Amino acid sequence: MSLVIDKVSVAYGARQILHEVSLPALPEGSLVALVGPNGAGKSTLLRALAGLERMRGGLRLDGQDVNRLAFAERARRLAYMPQQLPPGIALGVLESIMAALRVGTADDLLGQAFAALRQLGIEHLAQRSLDSLSGGQRQLVALAQLLARNPQVLLLDEPTSALDLHYQLRVMDAVRERVQVHRLLAVAVLHDINLAASHADWLVVLREGRVVASGTPQDVLVPDLLAQVYGVQARVERCSLGRLQVLVDHALA
Amino acid sequence: MTAQALPGVQQAAWHYRRLLWRRTGLVAGLAVLLLVSVLSDLASGASGMSLGRLVQGLFDPATLSATERVIIWNVRLPYALMAVLVGTALSLAGAEMQAILDNPLASPFTLGVSSSAALGASLAIAYPLTIAWMTAGVQVTVMAFVFACLSVVLLQAMSRLRGAGVESLVLFGIALVFSCNALVSLLQLLATEDVLQQLVFWTMGSLARADWNKLGILALVVALVLPFSLRAAPAMTLLRMGEDRARSFGVDTRRLRFASLLRISLLSATAVAFVGTIGFVGLVGPHIARLLVGEDQRFLLPASALVGALMLSLSSIASKLIMPGVIVPVGIVTALVGVPIFVTLVFRRGRKL
Repeated sequence: MSLVIDKVSVAYGARQILHEVSLPALPEGSLVALVGPNGAGKSTLLRALAGLERMRGGLRLDGQDVNRLAFAERARRLAYMPQQLPPGIALGVLESIMAALRVGTADDLLGQAFAALRQLGIEHLAQRSLDSLSGGQRQLVALAQLLARNPQVLLLDEPTSALDLHYQLRVMDAVRERVQVHRLLAVAVLHDINLAASHADWLVVLREGRVVASGTPQDVLVPDLLAQVYGVQARVERCSLGRLQVLVDHALA
Repeated sequence: MTAQALPGVQQAAWHYRRLLWRRTGLVAGLAVLLLVSVLSDLASGASGMSLGRLVQGLFDPATLSATERVIIWNVRLPYALMAVLVGTALSLAGAEMQAILDNPLASPFTLGVSSSAALGASLAIAYPLTIAWMTAGVQVTVMAFVFACLSVVLLQAMSRLRGAGVESLVLFGIALVFSCNALVSLLQLLATEDVLQQLVFWTMGSLARADWNKLGILALVVALVLPFSLRAAPAMTLLRMGEDRARSFGVDTRRLRFASLLRISLLSATAVAFVGTIGFVGLVGPHIARLLVGEDQRFLLPASALVGALMLSLSSIASKLIMPGVIVPVGIVTALVGVPIFVTLVFRRGRKL
């Protein structure tokens, strides 16, 4: 299974947001991070993949044209997670996942929903109300909603924004593990470049609606590119554990 | 065996089933309360007829005197049943509006449906047409209905405009309220004293306009709409978790919203056309129901309908008791009862409302 993005363009009226974005085939079992400054078109690309934006260009999953798939079939195969579950919803955790599954007997839905919670190690939250959860816990439940649907592609829009360090790592570790165990493809918009470097197999750097670079983190993350894309003076070094770290010294004038 | 002794998934299943039973019990409890309220409503009134006599008369009308028959069949039953149906229609419409517009302040009253109906009715009262087959009273109802529908069509058209978010829809509804109210005031200013009295009375909302034809039509509308509402309930639950999320779970949110606005227009336009503007039921009913059964729309929609019916039925009783011998228009009572409940809810729930 692989996802091919071929000359994808999106415009809001006269304003062109994405300019013929093409990427090499994204294979299953990999986590792809979309990074870049604000307004680069990362979220728009993700929304276009999810079918939430009108787009031009080609999108093929397993050789099939995604834009020609029936609405429900597309939703079954590609699952999109917006930034945050809105607060103030008086629903139980388990039933919120059962609701996301939509079709099946109550027993089946319950079993699948519980299994998704267990995969993420949060089955103890099953009887809690969404209202009573922390932002991080809610994000894990949102991820469980996606996993329970058993999609081929996970599309995650800033899954770690507004989360504390602990939950940033828990969410990204969970995504990474699920991607490898179930041979899924995950495409995530990430703001934290170090989180992207540590968790993603492939980085796509966008700027002003165009792909500036794409490749493995160690190929892509070089001081020149960081200066060009983000306008910062940065060093890229390996920490004592051998992981890539971007150290930003100052903003360039 | 206690729940704690069960393995994880069975324990979760046990809790989930208990939750469903609890909600079913609450909905059933509301239905029982409604029944009690309707019976009390039937038993209360200026003529002082006893409940026993009333029940006997319902099952065996032959035992009643002509006056008693008129009181039961032409006054009390239509009033009591109209309260139930109007409460059901307005509260159900409010619950759907709050779900599809993702706004806790949405209701037929706050988004201009009632105000538009009032404008239509006011036009018909102030400038009645001479139509042989349509009496002035029917004209008022028809105009109220047409204007209420028009307002929802306008809301619908707004929602289809590219770039118009849910917020602009709500703002547009509020603008509609002010515009219609201004025009109604203008009509009142220009009206003669006699017409002015009728205009003011119509905007108060009263069950005194109930008759069996109207009851039949409203019952038909509720019976037609309710199954479709319940069918859309699971998708509406997902919509409460955010539009994009719902769409990515395969919910066609545009179609859902369109169908829901159609149901809302039918329910609220019919109810408002028959009894005038009755506020707060459509707004507060769904909130009380939400406190009871939560956000699962499969329970929330029927619970909202029942809470609305109960509120209006209780208001109907109160409207007879406030000033003995006078039936205060129920629209006044509902607002007086509704405001304190609403304010209490807002302060108790804080931002969670």
